[in-house]
Amino acid sequence: MLEILGLLGNGFLVVFEPQNMMLIIAGCALGLFIGAMPGLGSVNGVAILLPLTFLVPPTGAIIFLAAIYYGAMYGGAISSIMLGIPGASTAVATTFDGRPLAKQGLADKALTAAAVASFVGGTISVVLFTFFAPPLAHVALVFGAPEEFALMMLAFATFVGLGSDDLFKTLFSISIGLVLSAVGFDIISGEPRLVLWDITGFLHGVNFLILAIGVYGIGEMIWTVEEHSLGGGKSMLSDANVTVKRTLSNLRELASKWKSIVMGSFLGYFVGILPAAGATPGSLMAYGIAKQISSEPEKFGKGAVEGVCAPEAANNAASTGSMLPMLTLGIPGSPTTAILLGGMVIWGLEPGPRLFIDHSDFVWGLIASLYAANIFAVLINVAFIPVFIKILKTPFTILAPIIFILCLIGGYAPTQSMHDVWLMVVFGIVAYLMRKLDYPLAPAVLAIVLGPLAEPALRQSLIISDGSFAIFFNRTYAGPISVVAILLLFLPLFKKIYDKFRKRQVV
Amino acid sequence: MTVRTAELLMAIMMGAFSIYLMYKSTELEIGWIEDEGPGGGAWPFWLSAVMLISCLGILYNWFRRKGPIATSTRLYIEPHVLMDVTAVTVALVVTVGLFSFIGIYGALPLFLIFYLRFLGKHSWRLTTTLAISIPVVIFFFFEITLKIILPKGITEPLFLPLYKIFF
Repeated sequence: MLEILGLLGNGFLVVFEPQNMMLIIAGCALGLFIGAMPGLGSVNGVAILLPLTFLVPPTGAIIFLAAIYYGAMYGGAISSIMLGIPGASTAVATTFDGRPLAKQGLADKALTAAAVASFVGGTISVVLFTFFAPPLAHVALVFGAPEEFALMMLAFATFVGLGSDDLFKTLFSISIGLVLSAVGFDIISGEPRLVLWDITGFLHGVNFLILAIGVYGIGEMIWTVEEHSLGGGKSMLSDANVTVKRTLSNLRELASKWKSIVMGSFLGYFVGILPAAGATPGSLMAYGIAKQISSEPEKFGKGAVEGVCAPEAANNAASTGSMLPMLTLGIPGSPTTAILLGGMVIWGLEPGPRLFIDHSDFVWGLIASLYAANIFAVLINVAFIPVFIKILKTPFTILAPIIFILCLIGGYAPTQSMHDVWLMVVFGIVAYLMRKLDYPLAPAVLAIVLGPLAEPALRQSLIISDGSFAIFFNRTYAGPISVVAILLLFLPLFKKIYDKFRKRQVV
Repeated sequence: MTVRTAELLMAIMMGAFSIYLMYKSTELEIGWIEDEGPGGGAWPFWLSAVMLISCLGILYNWFRRKGPIATSTRLYIEPHVLMDVTAVTVALVVTVGLFSFIGIYGALPLFLIFYLRFLGKHSWRLTTTLAISIPVVIFFFFEITLKIILPKGITEPLFLPLYKIFF
């Protein structure tokens, strides 16, 4: 306990370095902006801006990206409330009651509720994180190759078992991500492998960033072009009447909604830890439960403040929660953390429990930065609400080309090869076409990040066991993890059998 | 083309791609190598096999007409959406193609002018301001601060004096 506080103190020393402080503030502001823009969320921001972080040391880089992640969770609420369009998928639940409030001329009330709930959700989850992470990392220290592989299979199995997407399309997405990560060289024998169509550019492999920017940058933007084309690009922007007096009375009213905020925070945190779940389902679940525990459930959907508080607390808490498995186990809890994890590999850090020992500054700097980012995000958010509303009025046709250009340069920067830029554009177009057919793409991004870690873990395990897969089942930690992974994998099948059985009974 | 047809085409294309990947994986040993463990091709080979099985599963659902996508008779891409999306995609591809010839500082202003003026219908004043200022910001941020040299094509000689000033 005391040890943790001491380490956290060290983390704050890292955060208070002027450069890192600046990075947090810049990250929060950028994140708020990205989150507030319809269509772009934390994952897009982090993917597009990761190439810019090569300028600063890893600690600064992760602090900056985490601040963007955080800011985006706040920012998503702004367009949900003001435009009625979720700024990011994580803020979908916020539109249910935020929009009606804005239509009644109470936009300021909804915005304040979102900001305060986000702050509380963020704070509760960061405190939970601080005390959960070190023990978990400690347990994970004894993990060897078989445990690592079992954990990664568990991460993929959650997508299959808990994801709401088509079973085959999820499986396809996971395996194509893993295969793409195998392009380049065989890590053990050093022979060239899967040099597609014998194009030499594939010799240096498929960088995860190329897929991430392709999917979340180019693909997402083309998707947004389509939505604008369908909706005619018109949307109604509400006005917000922000005065000090109104804000104070809003805050007083919020105090009575603490129950839904605290519930959302805890729920969001624990849902966020699960790889396939994350912030979007977390906030939707929080909305549902807030409605059930509310004394006036009939007000939900017509402008209930709890309907804004609960999901906003949950999505912030979930973003912190998803960092827990990323830092302690090296398994990302969300697409955004998958990209952060890929970044860590680029910066030369080996993800996993050893991080807490070998790069204590990095880990605790990140944790402390979450506390700081939380405070800055709420301050910037409340102080600049009118500015963000102005930004929302910027026409999409100005922002779109700028984002496209950032994507192109971001794809070129890491390897400085035109091959990668072409590949990224192809990924973007294919991602757009697949998304129209409901192929889930997050598993592919997760897979291309985990692929280079999963393959050696599998091969080492099989070498230890002389080719027997029993090694994944007869070890203290690997056994239960593998069993849970397999159960999750077959969950859709069990559900089907159960449904059939029930139907028969009804008949 | 309806969504249902698109689903079929995509599954067939991706299935063919998986077969190609499986074939490509066999260039390396896909079996067990004594004292070395699984061969280098085993991991991508079996994963490509899972890809293929998934595609067959999607096709199976397509034939049984199961699920919202496999039964949808909506248009895959509406005609006016297709216009917009094609314009943007072609602009992107042409821009990337131009990177190697007239360089990034030749291609980006053209892309910006096309997007802002012809797709966005913004004023010439705004268009020219952005078409000039954005490449300048990019030059100072990426080339000077981050020291990432961006492709210049035939415009390379023009930048030599600038390099002399800043490096």
